Amino acid sequence: MKSSVITFPGSNCDRDMHVALKKFGFKNKMVWHADTELPKSDLVVLPGGFSYGDYLRCGSMASKSKIMQSVINFANSGGMVLGICNGFQILVETGLVTGVLLRNKYLEFICKNVFVKINDKQNNYFKNVDSEVLELHIAHNEGNYFCTNDQLKEIEDNNQIAINYCSENGEIEDQFNPNGSTKNIAGIFNKHKNVLGMMPHPERMIDKSLSGEDGSLFFKNLINNLK
Amino acid sequence: MKISVIITLKKDVLDPQGKVIHQTLDGMGFDDVNEVRQGKYFEIDTKETDNGKAKAKVEEMCKKLLANLVIENYKIIDPK
Repeated sequence: MKSSVITFPGSNCDRDMHVALKKFGFKNKMVWHADTELPKSDLVVLPGGFSYGDYLRCGSMASKSKIMQSVINFANSGGMVLGICNGFQILVETGLVTGVLLRNKYLEFICKNVFVKINDKQNNYFKNVDSEVLELHIAHNEGNYFCTNDQLKEIEDNNQIAINYCSENGEIEDQFNPNGSTKNIAGIFNKHKNVLGMMPHPERMIDKSLSGEDGSLFFKNLINNLK
Repeated sequence: MKISVIITLKKDVLDPQGKVIHQTLDGMGFDDVNEVRQGKYFEIDTKETDNGKAKAKVEEMCKKLLANLVIENYKIIDPK
């Protein structure tokens, strides 16, 4: 399985993602934002970080960079595109997934482990994951998911909500919502579920001695689903 | 020609920064404020000399980059 990680000026989780993808069997290539063509890939990842210093709106400049037209074409032809954190912010700015990510409700940068409940397994990202709840890490200032009521109805009707913030036991309640996201949304799909944007970082949870291993579950499962 | 653009958050979008500014103003003694909403202001100096064409270009910039129309409105101010 081949993957590509796009590096934008200000990306800082691109190398972590590279390590994670390699660890679970992907042949990964790093791709520079000013390139115009994607290498042949089964998965394209937009990593976390602070692309273009988060100027204007997080992800807005990166969404217009040269490589993104190829990424958009790849996604529109059914290719798997995963955006993590700043990558999720870039995805919403391209319009590949619905909504926007606002400043966190209580105006603080949040850096901690959270639990998320998998809402939908009818897709290549979470199909066969042997767990309902994952413990992952978040680190963001703008992760407060927002969309219009019409958009919310549409993504709910199509089952496009991927994961919700929850308790350790999977209860989706206000008190487990770290950033004020609508309906505790931590990640969503596009209509065909080949594009996934999510705030939590699975690549930070792939080593038992450093963190947890729920990210390993995610990547192992992902590569198996793509084979 | 210089054209100005003001970007504001739409009515229903939560503005936590505006809220904190409001609270701070309150604490400073400006206690008759109903609400504060924070926005953005741009000055665009363009080579275009035709007023109508310049405004149309800036409108395109607003739609494509300067504003996110899910949460923001834009207002182009007539060039002087």
